[in-house]
Amino acid sequence: MGRKYLLGNEAIAHACIESGVDFVSGYPGTPSSEVIDVLRVQPDRSYYVEWSVNEKVALENALAAAWCGVRALCTMKHVGLNVAADPLMTSAYTGVTAGLVIMSADDPFAHSSQNEQDTRCYAHFSRVPCLDPASIQEAHDMIPEAFSLSEEFGLPVLFRPTTRICHSKGDVELGEPVAGLRKGEFHKDPRQYVVIPAHTRVLHKKLNGKQPALRKRLVERGFNHYKLQGKTAIIASGIGATYVQELLPEGVSFMKIGAYPIDEEWLGEFVKKHEKILVIEELAPEVEETVRQVAGCVPILGKKNGYASYEGELSLTAVAATLEKAGFLKKNPFPSGDSVQNLPPRPPILCAGCLHRGSFYAIKKVFKDAVYPSDIGCYTLGLQLGVVDTTICMGASITVASGISHAGDPRDVVCTIGDSTFLHTGIQGLLNAVYNGANITVVILDNRITAMTGHQPNPNTGMTACGVESPPVSLDALCRACGVRYVENVDPYDITGMINVLQEAKKQKGVKVIIAKQMCVITARRVGVKRGRYRVDSEMCTGCGTCIRFGCPAIEFADEKARINDLCSGCAVCAQLCPVGAIVREGKK
Amino acid sequence: MSGSFDILVVGIGGQGTILASNILGEACLIEGRQVKGAETHGMAQRGGSVESHIRIDGMFGPLIPPGNADLLISFDLLEALRYSHYLKNVGKIVVNRHLVLPTSVFTQNLPAPTQDEIIEELKRHTLCVFDADKMAEEAGSPLSQNVVMLGAASPSIPLKPESLIDAVKRLVPKKTININMKAFELGRKYGGTC
Repeated sequence: MGRKYLLGNEAIAHACIESGVDFVSGYPGTPSSEVIDVLRVQPDRSYYVEWSVNEKVALENALAAAWCGVRALCTMKHVGLNVAADPLMTSAYTGVTAGLVIMSADDPFAHSSQNEQDTRCYAHFSRVPCLDPASIQEAHDMIPEAFSLSEEFGLPVLFRPTTRICHSKGDVELGEPVAGLRKGEFHKDPRQYVVIPAHTRVLHKKLNGKQPALRKRLVERGFNHYKLQGKTAIIASGIGATYVQELLPEGVSFMKIGAYPIDEEWLGEFVKKHEKILVIEELAPEVEETVRQVAGCVPILGKKNGYASYEGELSLTAVAATLEKAGFLKKNPFPSGDSVQNLPPRPPILCAGCLHRGSFYAIKKVFKDAVYPSDIGCYTLGLQLGVVDTTICMGASITVASGISHAGDPRDVVCTIGDSTFLHTGIQGLLNAVYNGANITVVILDNRITAMTGHQPNPNTGMTACGVESPPVSLDALCRACGVRYVENVDPYDITGMINVLQEAKKQKGVKVIIAKQMCVITARRVGVKRGRYRVDSEMCTGCGTCIRFGCPAIEFADEKARINDLCSGCAVCAQLCPVGAIVREGKK
Repeated sequence: MSGSFDILVVGIGGQGTILASNILGEACLIEGRQVKGAETHGMAQRGGSVESHIRIDGMFGPLIPPGNADLLISFDLLEALRYSHYLKNVGKIVVNRHLVLPTSVFTQNLPAPTQDEIIEELKRHTLCVFDADKMAEEAGSPLSQNVVMLGAASPSIPLKPESLIDAVKRLVPKKTININMKAFELGRKYGGTC
C-alpha cells in the first residue's frame, strides 16, 4: 500500500483491515473514537461494525464473535474498560477461539478524561497480555501481531495506545487489506463457556498455566528487547521509549518494553549486568515494579524514589529533566521556556447556538438554590455557567442526584445527562431512583447524537454506525416504562416553554424527567439547517450585560454595548433574554 | 537530537489548523521525507485554543519541546502570544492580524491585551503579520484563510513550493482547488516580502 501521512487511529484502523478483522464493536471515547469512525465509513467493508450502547455491551458482543471463530476488535477509552471490566476478567478464563483485540486508549494528562488510570494495570489484574506501542508505526505493526498472539494463546489481547499515539500523526508504511467476514459458528462447550464454579476453577488454573510461555513468547516476538551498551541502563515503555531514544547518551544500555507480562528471568539477566537503572514510563509504575522485583541490590531510579512523576504525560522536556536528575545527562537540552503570563484563557466552550446553554439558563432561573449533578459529554462545560456541581463517570448524574436526595439535603436536586450517556448507563439510575422514591428532577439534554467524541450515532439518532436506518428509541416511553409519571418534552431554544415546564416540575414530588430536545448545532449545520443570524440594535442596547452573562461565544461587549459576531447560528435564545428587545434578526428593523 | 524542522500551527478550534498541518505532512510524503505531528481532538476542540505540532524530518516523538520551534504559524494574535515560548530565539512568527477575544474576557471581565500590544510583544521574534482574512476573500473564499497562511509561511519552510501546492491540491475539496491555489500564491507572494 505504500506510505501515508496518517493519524495514529487511522493507522490502527488500517492495520485491522490488513489483519482481516471480521467483527468490530466499541463505544466512542477520546482518544479512541476515530478507529471505528474510520472503519465504519469504508466503502467496501468486509467486516461487521457497530457502535454499541456501552463498553460492557461492546466487549460481550466482540467476545461472542471471537468464540464463534471470527476475528474481533473492541475499542474504548481507558475508563470504558472499567465498564467492560466484568466481561474482561472472566473472558481471560473462557479464552477465545479467534483473535480478540481490546483497544483501551489511555489519556495521560487527562486531556479529555476524568482520570489518568493505566490500562496496563487491568492486563496485570486480568492476566491477559497487553501491547503498548511507542510510535504510530509500531501501533500499526502491533495489530496483526495482537490478533495472532490472541489466537496462539487463546486469550484476549489488550492494546493500549495513549493520546500521543492515537492523536499524533506520522508517515506510516501500510500493508495490503485482507478481506474479513468469515462466517462464525458457535461450538457448544459448557466447560469452556459456562463458568459455574466447577468449570471456572479449572479455567483459572489453565489461565495461570499459560503465563510462563506467554512471557517468553513476548520476548521472542520482539516486543521486548534491549541493547547492551554500558554499565548503566534505561528501561522505557510506550511513548517514553521514543523520547529516550531521542536523548539516549552514548555508553548507556537501553531496554524497550512493548508488551506485558514481562519475562522476569530475561529481565533479571539484563538488570544484573548493570550498576544503575533508570525506568521511564507513563502513569503507573508497572515496569518499575517488575524491575524492582528482580533487581537484587542494583539501584533502581524511577517514580518510587522521586526521579519521575506518577502523574501527567511524558514529553521530551520531562524525560530530559529526569535523565538529568538521575545523572544520565549533564544538562537538560530543553529548558522549559517561560510562557507569557496573565493572558485571558481560552478553554473549550459550548458552541454558539448550543442547545444546552438554553437548558442550563432555564434550570438556573427556576432552581436558584439547588444541587446540580451532571454527567459526561459536551454539557460538562456547563461548569462555566455554574450548573454542574458533580461529574464522576458515565451515567452518574441520576444516581448522584438520588443519593443526595436520600441523604436528606433539603435543596432541590436537578441533574443533567445527555442522550447517549443516558442510554449508556443512565437508565439503571433512573429505574433505581423511581423504585426507591427519590425526589429529583432529571433533565435529559437530548441532541440526538454522541457529540463530544465526534458525532457518532446512537440508538436515539435513527441510524446505525454504517448509516443504515434504525428505529430511534423513544426516550419518553423509556422513562415512562421505568415508572416516571412526570415526563415532559420541550425545545430548549424556547426559553419560556422550558421555564414553564421546569416550574411545573419544581412543584411535583418524586422523579420528574424533562427531555430538552434539539439537534446539535454542528449536526444541524452539516445537514443544511439555516437560521437567520441575529444582531444587536446598538441604539436600543442599554449595555446591561444580560446577554453577556448567557456566555455565548457569538456575543461580545465593547464600548458599553453588546455586539453579535459571525459565530451566531440563529438560535434566538439571546433575543428572548434581552430585557429591552435590542437583539433582532438580521435584516429586520 | 533529531535535527528536525519544527513548526507549530496554532489557532482557535474550527479555524482549520488541522488541514494546514495535514498539508505540511502530505508535502513531506511527496518529498519522501519523514514527518511526525500531534494535534488537539475531543473536548479541547470546542472553540478552545488548539495546537498542531509538525516536525519535518522528525524521527522520534511528535511533540515540539518549548524553545525549540523554528516557525510559529498562528491564525490569531492572542494565540500567537500564548504559544510564543515554543519558538527558538531565532524562530519566526507568521500571524494573521486578527484577534478573537475569548468569551472569558466578557463573562469574567478579564483584562485582555490589544492588537498593538500583542504585536509589540511578538516583535521579539522575526515577525510577519498581515491580514490573511482579507487575502482569503480576495482569493475567493474566507475559508481559504488557512492556505493563505501556509503560503505566507512557505518561504521559511524547507519544503519545495511545488510539493506544498501538490499537497494543497490533494487535500482541499475538489471544487475549491482554484480558490486555494490563488490563496497559496497570494500568501506566498506576501510572505516573500517579510
